[in-house]
Amino acid sequence: MAVNLFYFFIFPGLIFAAVTGALLSWFDRKISARVQFRKGPPLLQPFYDFFKLLLVKETILPRYGSTFIFILAPLLAVFGAAMAGVFILLPLFNINTGFRGDMLVIFYLLTLPSFSYIIGSLASGNPLAAVGGSREMKLIISYELTFILFIAAIIMKSGQHFDLRTVIETQQAGTPFIGSISGVLLFVVGVFCAQAKLAMVPFDMPEAEAELSEGIFIEYSGPPYAMIKLAKYIMLFILPAFIVALLMNGMRPGIGILWFVLKILGVVLLLVLIKNTNPRLKIKQASGFFFIWMNLLVVIAVVLTAFGL
Amino acid sequence: MGFKDYCFRKSLWVFHFGGASCNNCDIEILDCLTPRHDLERFGILLVGSIRHADVLLVNGSINTRDKDRLIELYRQAPKPILVVAIGACGCTGGIFAESLTFAGPVDAIIPVDAYIPGCPPKPEAIIAGIVKLAGKK
Repeated sequence: MAVNLFYFFIFPGLIFAAVTGALLSWFDRKISARVQFRKGPPLLQPFYDFFKLLLVKETILPRYGSTFIFILAPLLAVFGAAMAGVFILLPLFNINTGFRGDMLVIFYLLTLPSFSYIIGSLASGNPLAAVGGSREMKLIISYELTFILFIAAIIMKSGQHFDLRTVIETQQAGTPFIGSISGVLLFVVGVFCAQAKLAMVPFDMPEAEAELSEGIFIEYSGPPYAMIKLAKYIMLFILPAFIVALLMNGMRPGIGILWFVLKILGVVLLLVLIKNTNPRLKIKQASGFFFIWMNLLVVIAVVLTAFGL
Repeated sequence: MGFKDYCFRKSLWVFHFGGASCNNCDIEILDCLTPRHDLERFGILLVGSIRHADVLLVNGSINTRDKDRLIELYRQAPKPILVVAIGACGCTGGIFAESLTFAGPVDAIIPVDAYIPGCPPKPEAIIAGIVKLAGKK
């Protein structure tokens, strides 16, 4: 029991994932700044933002909303992100949980933050938040099918194993999955799914700050908004970690830790470059992009996997 | 200076309210956020919702219609919030001070923490004002 609480709150869970994710968030902002020939924020900027929101600012509750759900939704988002972080990072750090079938649990837990954003935005009673919530719903419907097919393709490649530890061990015994044609296709699909899950720029229509002024988060202020920031930091770390675990053979001990860090930074760099070089899509275009092109790619990858390529 | 104050000063998020402005101050404010001046160095971000704001920038002369909206925005903002009046119109009323629809300079409507005069103020002057504001508390 104590060890489980330690796993959840301290080492691979809440605090570790949040600190790493905050540093990655600084990396994101710094790279964005360098792309635009700016200097960028200082290293501890995400921590300043988080503690300012948590400790200094006042919480305002909407009068025409459901207060209880409005406050509960950010906590649910942090819970989902931290729990998914535990399930992803424990096998990645070579701690054997003995849990068969955790990939499906990870799939469900990774959806939890997006769902709680929808619940919170609809509970706030703000029309702009409602528009953002409906856009987030459509975005989830678009990318979830692609994401489950992506996971299914990985399961097929690893020889019908449903647990992340065996997937990583299969890759460490042989070659990483990205070293094949289907692996490259799956990497493209995985990166775009991560982009949509993180609501980064080509797919940021739920929180479009130009026309919806932060959309789903418009009514949040103070500590609840700090919780949303925390969930976003954790997601920014665990989604690249999940891609690295599924396609790039995870982490080996010793010098492998350095390679692991570089792989994570590489995936985040790719996400940030996509974010900085693309305009926002319309929700219809995003749905079409996932329903047609990404599903096509992932089905081709599945077929190639069946032929052993 | 405690930890809370330090975090607050290092991460000022700005919400921009333009009254009946001639748009010169708006352009100069946007200049501060462009790559040349880059206010994100100091942790300053432009946010879209007043609920996330720490600084309320007000420019332009405030006429009778703007007044209600300004008061409503100020009441909707999570406290503590700092108010900055930018430009001659925001600080004193400028050439519109004698006008029929003028509803008073910003500090007659809501409490103001910093004044940045000029018509329009240069981006350097706005940055100097924001830095002084951050060091004020």
